[in-house]
Amino acid sequence: MGARFAGQDAANRAFLRGDGWVMVVGGLTPQAIAFGFFTILTLGGACGVVLNKNLVRGAVWLIVSLFGIAGMFVLLSAPFLAAVQVMVYIGAIGILFTFAVMLTRSMTNLRQRFTAQWWSALIVVGMLFVFLMVSVIVPVWGGVAPELAGEVVATTTDLGAALVDGNQFVLPFEVASLLLTAAMIGAIVIARQHEEE
Amino acid sequence: MDCINQLAQCLNQGGMDAGLAQFISIFLGVVLVATFPLLVTILLIWVERKFAARIQDRIGPNRVGPFGLLQPIADVVKLLGKENITPTGADKPIYNLAPPFMVAAVLLVWAVMPLTPYHFGVDLEIGALYVITVASIGTLAVMMAGWASNNKYALLGAFRVVAQLISYEVPLAMAVLIPVMLAGSMSLQGIVKAQYGMWFVFAAPISAILFFISSQAETGRAPFDLLEAESELVAGFNIEYSGMKFAMFFAGEFMHVFTNGVLMAVFFTGGWIGPFVEQLPWLGLIYLLGKASIWYTISLWVRNSVPRLRIDQMMDFNWKFLVPMSILNVLVIAFLLQVIKQVGLTPIDPGNFIQNLPQTVVLLLGNVFVGYVMLSWVRSKGRQARAADEAKKMTAATVHAVGD
Repeated sequence: MGARFAGQDAANRAFLRGDGWVMVVGGLTPQAIAFGFFTILTLGGACGVVLNKNLVRGAVWLIVSLFGIAGMFVLLSAPFLAAVQVMVYIGAIGILFTFAVMLTRSMTNLRQRFTAQWWSALIVVGMLFVFLMVSVIVPVWGGVAPELAGEVVATTTDLGAALVDGNQFVLPFEVASLLLTAAMIGAIVIARQHEEE
Repeated sequence: MDCINQLAQCLNQGGMDAGLAQFISIFLGVVLVATFPLLVTILLIWVERKFAARIQDRIGPNRVGPFGLLQPIADVVKLLGKENITPTGADKPIYNLAPPFMVAAVLLVWAVMPLTPYHFGVDLEIGALYVITVASIGTLAVMMAGWASNNKYALLGAFRVVAQLISYEVPLAMAVLIPVMLAGSMSLQGIVKAQYGMWFVFAAPISAILFFISSQAETGRAPFDLLEAESELVAGFNIEYSGMKFAMFFAGEFMHVFTNGVLMAVFFTGGWIGPFVEQLPWLGLIYLLGKASIWYTISLWVRNSVPRLRIDQMMDFNWKFLVPMSILNVLVIAFLLQVIKQVGLTPIDPGNFIQNLPQTVVLLLGNVFVGYVMLSWVRSKGRQARAADEAKKMTAATVHAVGD
């Protein structure tokens, strides 16, 4: 154990001296490149959403950001979730966003970048960010075991079996489907024209 | 991927860096898979125009080359020479991004297409889901094109498309669920291999029909061509596009129709399966394209002989007929599959034709049941609607008579 920490210390010092960059570039795996690419997509898309005056462009940037997250799922060896992410968030939600924005003409010609309450949003978001960073860096709820994603590969068949297995996730699955059905019926009831009136 | 792996070894032995050789071979594979459908499309444009012409009692293209075969090439040269117009007030980046997105949405499907037993881009574990997922990028492209053009007809067309595509994705996904359940796999290669003994079209004709109808709607072809109803919308979402950008939308559409034919072949009529395919894997590609061409021809036939629906009729047809039918179909087939499993009629060797017969017959009866229930329900609905109409007319007539 001691030797390992010593080695890490040496690596840290080397990193501080500037040798670290050589190491990083030398160990650049395809996964690392892909991770960087999808991170740029996700964060860049998110910045695009926030900083764009035009709401339709904002919606397009949101889709870019969500696509980056789908890429992250692929890197985490969860292709099923990646496909669902693209289908639900890009194919349905992203498109409905653009749809709704386009239908409200006054929203497509906004010229303000921020609302009047931007500072309160900034405080809340900043606090959330600091909270997340602290909880990741300082192991408040127990340390984070560095686990390689590649070693926990589960097939789609496993996922399907887990959703209907009585010992695993059948109850959450059924509750979620019930909730979605209720939401769908609610939407239909709200949207329905009142024929008897 | 057999030949591609060999290429990598070849380059490596020739003294190239192993990583670079791998990269080059994969890159070439990607280029091949992406170029193949584009080349097929050039021929398909001619097939489509000739076919439509014969149905409409015309001759069709016959001037350039033998039988007018070189007409598409002349068209491409013409389109390349045209001016690329960007309308004032257009949102330029989005306007320019939409056509490549449209083509990419279809090309991406070919990445998972099993062309022969050994030749495919990649055999994804979630292949069937991936096919449906990628199609949603096409919806996005239409939306972007419609909005960025700064034209109200384009925007109206785009609204119609999105309503149509999102609605018809529901029965499409439900129809794909049946082959996935029958094969026990979402990988397209797995689905094809599961049809060695029996094509799924015999066990699940209703989901084949559902898939065919909804994929016809997804391409926006008649009778579902409301997105570019010329008499109402001028040309729909692509009205402001010209030159090659316009051509990309159309290449995307032509390719989409043929891709749907190939998907029909893969999901329901056994993909590359055919005689002697074990000895000569390349025969698989011919079988696949042959089967796809049959579905493609049926699609063209429907397109050229059925009039356009009204938008409310189209929505009614989807939500009040196709969606309930697909849900009932999934329920009945899933139930019957479990019953078959419990009784022990499941074929021990799925590649054996005789062992597949009991299961297929039971499922076929289930399909007949679903079809009968849905059709009689629609008939009684129609009868009720007609009776209500008659009653209304009668009361109107009496009121009129009394009033006089």
